[in-house]
Amino acid sequence: MRFRIFRYDPDKDDRPAMRDYDVALDPHDRMLLDALVRIKEQDDSLSLRRSCREGVCGSDAMNINGKNGLACVTKLADLKEPVELRPLPGLPIIRDLIVDMTQFFKQYHSIKPYLINEDPPPERERLQSPEEREELDGLYECILCACCSTSCPSFWWNPDKFVGPAGLLQAYRFIADSRDQAASARLDDLEDPYRLFRCHSIMNCVEVCPKNLNPTRAIGKIKDLMVKRSV
Amino acid sequence: MALSRRSFDAVVVGAGGAGLRAALQLSEGGLSVAVVSKVFPTRSHTVAAQGGIGAALGNMGEDSWLWHMYDTVKGSDWLGDQDTIEFMCREAPKAVYELEHYGMPFDRNENGTVYQRPFGGHSQNFGERPVQRSCCAADRTGHAMLHTLYQRNVRARTHFFVEWMALDLVRDASGQVLGVTALEMETGEVTILQARATLFATGGAGRIYASTTNAFINTGDGLGMAARAGIPLEDMEFWQFHPTGVAGAGILITEGVRGEGGYLLNKSGERFMERYAPNLKDLASRDVVSRAMATEIKEGRGAGPHGDYLLLKLDHLGPEVIDKRLPGIREISKKFANVDPVKDPVPVVPTAHYMMGGIPANYLGEVVVPHGGNPEWAVPGFYAAGECACASVHGANRLGTNSLTDLLVFGKAAADSIVKFLAENPGHKDLPEDAADRTLARLARLDAQKSGESCAEVANEMRRTMQLHCGVFRFPDLLAEGVKKIRGIADRCSRTEIRDKSRVFNTARIEALELDNLIEVARASMVSAEGRKESRGAHDRADHPNRDDVNWLKHSLWYKDGDRLEYKPVHMKPLTARTIEPKVRTY
Repeated sequence: MRFRIFRYDPDKDDRPAMRDYDVALDPHDRMLLDALVRIKEQDDSLSLRRSCREGVCGSDAMNINGKNGLACVTKLADLKEPVELRPLPGLPIIRDLIVDMTQFFKQYHSIKPYLINEDPPPERERLQSPEEREELDGLYECILCACCSTSCPSFWWNPDKFVGPAGLLQAYRFIADSRDQAASARLDDLEDPYRLFRCHSIMNCVEVCPKNLNPTRAIGKIKDLMVKRSV
Repeated sequence: MALSRRSFDAVVVGAGGAGLRAALQLSEGGLSVAVVSKVFPTRSHTVAAQGGIGAALGNMGEDSWLWHMYDTVKGSDWLGDQDTIEFMCREAPKAVYELEHYGMPFDRNENGTVYQRPFGGHSQNFGERPVQRSCCAADRTGHAMLHTLYQRNVRARTHFFVEWMALDLVRDASGQVLGVTALEMETGEVTILQARATLFATGGAGRIYASTTNAFINTGDGLGMAARAGIPLEDMEFWQFHPTGVAGAGILITEGVRGEGGYLLNKSGERFMERYAPNLKDLASRDVVSRAMATEIKEGRGAGPHGDYLLLKLDHLGPEVIDKRLPGIREISKKFANVDPVKDPVPVVPTAHYMMGGIPANYLGEVVVPHGGNPEWAVPGFYAAGECACASVHGANRLGTNSLTDLLVFGKAAADSIVKFLAENPGHKDLPEDAADRTLARLARLDAQKSGESCAEVANEMRRTMQLHCGVFRFPDLLAEGVKKIRGIADRCSRTEIRDKSRVFNTARIEALELDNLIEVARASMVSAEGRKESRGAHDRADHPNRDDVNWLKHSLWYKDGDRLEYKPVHMKPLTARTIEPKVRTY
């Protein structure tokens, strides 16, 4: 199978280049990550992040034939050759397929991604009805792979000011939690021309999310809550 | 060569469940903590845990920590230390409530309490009937737990060293641990992280096997570092093979599937576990189920064109239960087995999953080694928790859900011990002159090596050897040959070559350094397995088919120096409860 992979090592390369690889695959090689591991056995200088190889740790996000995705859950059989692999767009490149995710995590941290509840905790669990708990489905499953935010033009233009789909999905995860007491402060924090309102519902985030989550819908719900409290 | 040095009250190596729980305790206690992790914390392998956290909350019916303790001791085939097991089972409910207070999105019952599902080996009233003890968030419990703990650490402003790999332990002449050396992957620079207390929470090492549920990062780094620094490794012959890894891919399918009512079939559609465990059937302990499966395959009753797997049936649960309780399993089955479990059974095989052994520790999270006549001398300044530690709560076989319980309870316990140690031992001790020598020699060797085998080649051979010689069933001749082979592979590890010499994010170098750790784990496992002449829990020998409490009710200790074994007694005395006396183990 044929691959064209973005290569750049700042330690020795003046500029990035695409390098071609031809790999003989084993019948057991099902996913793109299997092929990348094989390529790395031939050329140990190819650098990428990977860990769980089952789509739950979020390490191996990359741009695959023009679309962001996780290498470990992308089937080789579905890919057009040569398979063109590039680092996630819009973030600084450290080396090869490895990007600097500082800005992405900074935005995640900015939404206070933790439960805020100032009451003294009870001796046992706080109670939450199954219906209240269901509100968190489709939100808490995010794996922070950054496929969504780095496919979002609004994030490309304002990565320092726009929270981005991943961060906003998590902001809504806490707003929607019946145990959280800071919804109003969370909304105040997002009521800003950039942090929330740079989202123009382009919906690239929804299309690329490897966990089938829907950040655009969560962003819509945050906007609804803002309208509701202003009337 | 002058290395940069940074000093902290405590260094935590590893940012999975145990590391993050400990870090939280230390950060909220106002200490300066450095958490070192090869990957961004939420990418640690705790994220892949599915089924739940074992704790006797009693939300679904009567339960008691004493029953949980009994099940754990019996599950361990009496090799677990009863004081640490009591401690874990007693503390478990508190650990779950804490996690809930941190915001963990547990599934709920109609009355608003945490939902608990049945799991293998967990019972009511000392083995009478199954109990619902596993606290879960669908089949993504590890993910929910790891993210919740990370989020709470964000709140506590814990200081993380992300994508730094700890390379070696720093010990002085007295044996005290004074920190670690660590490599920053992005720059390739080595730093000494000096600490008054060092906690290893480095996770497992399933990557010594060719077929494993474990992530690429599970390379036994803490065990390698400990072994090189003269610390023995305990009970390394005990590896858990999870009954349900996706055939061919190795991806985990939670025991929660069987907890929710799924079961295993052989090629003629027989529910064969009824023959092996008439009482708990598919919810017997993992070692029992995996052995039954391997026997079915060996005796020609496996399914598929090559008769080399079995079938996990769950379609009868209905799409509603599957989508609500097991959505991740449906996703994994479709992606990795080309099967929609709502319609068809999933092909599964026993797959290397969990390391019961590890760095010897006690219920306080202190690392303990034989020293001056004391079989359990606490190494000053050194702590271990989670899968890398052998406390030993899991003994010869771990019960499902007890790994997450272990992370929470002993992560916190180790941190509490560290707080106490720091209060009693103010100030940093001087670093020895040779603090970084071992690390620098390893790196210099890799830089200088201009020819040799690739790490991938040697590592693949190690994995094949472990798989073939040290699997579910073990044979004396294969073990003896395995020891020879693995020693030969260990020699080859010291002559590998990496072609990539770049300083920037050199993952070839990282993999070579990981191989240094893997090979110590593999060697310890093979030598310990060859040494233990009985069958107990996950260790099953054809030539010694029975448990032998007279000669073998003891823990193995493997030393890298001399590649030799010693043994130490099992703690049969709980902290407050009555001893659970060994008896024949049936399910």
